[in-house]
Amino acid sequence: MHELSVTESILEISLRHAGQANAKRVTNLYLVIGQLASIVDDSVQFYWDIISKDTIAQGATLHFKRLPAKLICLDCSQQFNLGSDGFSCPNCMNDHVKILSGDEFYMEAIDVET
Amino acid sequence: MTKNILVVEKILSANDRIAAQNRAIFDEAGIKAFNFMASPGAGKTSLIEQTVKRLIPRMNLAVIDGDIATNLDADRAQAAGALAVQINTGGECHLDAVMLNSALKQMNLKGIDLVIVENVGNLVCPASFQLGTHKSVLIASIPEGDDKPYKYPGMYRGVDALVINKIDLLPYVPFDMAFFSKGVEILNPGLVSFSLSCKTGEGLDRWLDWLVSNS
Ligand SMILES: [Zn+2]
Repeated sequence: MHELSVTESILEISLRHAGQANAKRVTNLYLVIGQLASIVDDSVQFYWDIISKDTIAQGATLHFKRLPAKLICLDCSQQFNLGSDGFSCPNCMNDHVKILSGDEFYMEAIDVET
Repeated sequence: MTKNILVVEKILSANDRIAAQNRAIFDEAGIKAFNFMASPGAGKTSLIEQTVKRLIPRMNLAVIDGDIATNLDADRAQAAGALAVQINTGGECHLDAVMLNSALKQMNLKGIDLVIVENVGNLVCPASFQLGTHKSVLIASIPEGDDKPYKYPGMYRGVDALVINKIDLLPYVPFDMAFFSKGVEILNPGLVSFSLSCKTGEGLDRWLDWLVSNS
C-alpha cells in the first residue's frame, strides 16, 4: 500500500495552508476520494495518527468524502453510479457507457484555530 | 477562533511537481520515456527483454527497474543489451516521481534514446503516481483472466497503450476477449492495444513499431 506517502502529502498540504493562515492548530481535514482512486482510507488514518504527532495538526480529525464513479449510458442517456456488478446501464442493460467522474483525490478544506 | 479554509488541492500535487521535473530531464536529454506497469507475473520483464533485444541494433536503451525483490530483472535487461539501473523502492508497492528523480540524477543519460521504467508489479498503486514519463503502458496477460478491467478500473483509466501478453495460451485458458475489450473500451475509449506473445514472437513487430514511432 502506498498510503504512507499519500498521508505525508496530506500533512504537508494541511500544514502549508494552516501556516499561511497563521493558525495555531488544525482540527479537521476534509478529503474527497473518488471511487476510481486507489486509496484505502483506513490506512491513511493509521499513518495520520503517527506522522501528525508533534505538529500543529496532531489530533485533527480526517473526514473522507467518498464520491461514487458516475457513468452515462450512451444509448438512453441514463446517468448512474458504478455498482459492483459491472458497467451495464441499469435502464436498458446496454454496455455502451462512458465514465463521467470518479478519479477525484483532493483536499477540499481544513478547519483551523487561529 | 475557528476558521474554515478552502484548500482544493490535489493530494499528489507534490509528486506531480517532481514528475514535471523528470519530464524536463528527459526532454532536455532528447529521451522518450515509457512507464511499464503490470500485475506480478504478467510478463513485464519478458516483454522488456524482447523489446530491448530487438531495438538495440537501432537505438540506445536504458531500463530503470523498480522491482522490490531482486535485481534479477535488471540483470535480464542488461544481458539483452540495455543500460540497466535498479531503484531501491524500500519495499514500496509502486514507484513515485521522487524515486525516479534520484535514479535519473545518478545516471549518465548521454546517448540514450529511449528509457523504459519498469514499475513495481501491482495493479492498484502505480496508477496514482505520475512519474513524468511520456507514455504509460499496461501489460495484461491471458492467464490473469478477462475480468481485470472491471476489478482494477483505476489502472486501465490512465494508460496510453495496452499490451495483452501470452496470447499463445488462449487455446488453454478461458478468456473472453470481447468481454475484456468491452471493459477496456469503457474505461479508456480508443486505447491502442497489442495482442502478442513474448514466447512465440507473434505480434511483437506491431508493438515495436508503435514504440519506435512514439520515440
Ligand atoms: Zn441505457
